[in-house]
Amino acid sequence: MFYRRALFYLIAWASFHIIALILLSLLFRMSINKLGKTSKSVITNSEHTIKDTLPNLMATRDDFPILHSTVHGKPLVYFDNGATSQKPHTVIDRITKYYETENGNVHRAVHHLSELAGHAYEGARDTIKTYLNASKREEIIFVRGATEGINLVASSWGRKNLRPDDEVIISGMEHHSNIVPWQLICEERGAKLRIIPVDENGELVLDEYKKLLNENTRFVSVVYVSNGIGTINPVKEIISEAHKYNVPVLIDGCQAAPHIAIDLQDMDCDFFVFSGHKVFGPTGIGVLYGKEAYLNEMPPYQSGGDMIKTVSFEKTTFNDLPYKFEAGTPDISGAIGLATALNYVSGIGHANIAHHEKNLLVYLTDKLKAIPGMRILGEAKNKICLVSFVIEGAHPLDIGTMLDFEGVAIRTGNHCTQPLMESFGVSASCRVSLAFYNTIEEIDVFIEALNKVLRLLK
Amino acid sequence: MTNNKSIAETEDEIVDDFELLGEDWSEKYNHIITLGKTSPGLPENLHIEENKVRGCQSNVWLVTHTEGDRIIFEGDSDALIVKGLVALLIKVLSGHTPDEILDTPLTFIERIGLQNNLSPTRNNGLAAMIKQMRFYALAYKAKAKL
Repeated sequence: MFYRRALFYLIAWASFHIIALILLSLLFRMSINKLGKTSKSVITNSEHTIKDTLPNLMATRDDFPILHSTVHGKPLVYFDNGATSQKPHTVIDRITKYYETENGNVHRAVHHLSELAGHAYEGARDTIKTYLNASKREEIIFVRGATEGINLVASSWGRKNLRPDDEVIISGMEHHSNIVPWQLICEERGAKLRIIPVDENGELVLDEYKKLLNENTRFVSVVYVSNGIGTINPVKEIISEAHKYNVPVLIDGCQAAPHIAIDLQDMDCDFFVFSGHKVFGPTGIGVLYGKEAYLNEMPPYQSGGDMIKTVSFEKTTFNDLPYKFEAGTPDISGAIGLATALNYVSGIGHANIAHHEKNLLVYLTDKLKAIPGMRILGEAKNKICLVSFVIEGAHPLDIGTMLDFEGVAIRTGNHCTQPLMESFGVSASCRVSLAFYNTIEEIDVFIEALNKVLRLLK
Repeated sequence: MTNNKSIAETEDEIVDDFELLGEDWSEKYNHIITLGKTSPGLPENLHIEENKVRGCQSNVWLVTHTEGDRIIFEGDSDALIVKGLVALLIKVLSGHTPDEILDTPLTFIERIGLQNNLSPTRNNGLAAMIKQMRFYALAYKAKAKL
């Protein structure tokens, strides 16, 4: 009896101390967090992320077979989503199913398979129209990617409409694919290219943009989200300013499509392009949206089958939209795969994606800033979860190469944005770009690997 | 400085060094990084456009002079791994005659397995550097004939 009571007191005494210790350590950790943070508590924020959002989005990791691979014996940490995104099972399976059961050429034969293929292909167009909230399916043109879309507009619209001394406005944070096509057509037509400057935070200087707009401006082509530094540009304002001069605007939506809900009718842009492979779809397919009035007046870009109505050796008449711009057999499986990818993204929900990615960005930025010699390029108020950085005393190429041995995939170089990198005074940077399937734990692995690599390089 | 070893002998030495490091590629890269760190490089005033080797993601500079009939290479890069690769190429090719440089096919890159691990898409410029060094050898040879 005495022993039992003694044992009881002993357990009670021990439990009291253990509980007290836990409480004390919690209190200590909270005070450390407060000491470490200047503004809001990011650690609390990230714990909130893990508890509240990750379970849902963690499950999506199982949808992506490649995310479970190992690289050099380490679990893959894929932080190069800005270059290309990974593909979920559902997209891979849909493409397989197409080739196993539906493959035929579209818009041609009357046989069963051709009908199946045509149905799936045109169904994909409808899905994309809905996803982008475009007003008409005829305004959705399948292209190989954003690059082809921009080249199509620059070449077709530009050759018809640009005259000597006309002006085309692009921005200082464009991808080369939204610089060079305009440079070439401006050179050909004697037109001038005007550049919206980028400030030290990596934001467009809108006052300067408004000054650039004038009665000679014929076209504006601007990126929605910078692939180099992650800035989300105020496209609605850019578009409405141009419309005051009746100038059409093309929005390069490549980096926006995987992260932001697109509403073309609300945005009111005149052209919009994005690439399928960056939004969890296959490579080789992309979309050009154009307002019907513009597309109708534009001459064909490429010619061949499917884009014609009648052909004789004297005169060819062209097909209606969208087929006028889809010469030759299209990428049928690509279009179907892309539609599947967009349905998948809709299923996850853009609000969930934005919430999770915002938390990832805050956590990632905070961790990076703790590294000595760190310089983040561009800290715009509105950003996707993409961070470009340089570290004093370590070349990006070395960092990227050595991180690969830790299983971490990042991008190094100029990111096809040489003018932007030059405006920050660097020729190359490291770029980490995350997607909704990335996690806080992966950021921790990356930061640890980065510190290891830096110890080796410095 | 005359290189007393033949190109092939130096290559054998390098291959032996790398074999000692085993199969772990990160160890081999650590070795290349160490070579980069210990390489003398070039003084800042030679980091100029005309010394640049084209086709590299990082900056690579290469300068040469002759000592008798031998070509002396010196090089540098702002990236350590590339600087290490430059150091390896210099160790193999520097101090040899244009004919030796032009007539000896380089085998160490393939024997170490660097070829597979330094694919052209990685833009490290290894191929561009070798091409540039051979080009110098060709130029010196042509000059000697004049």
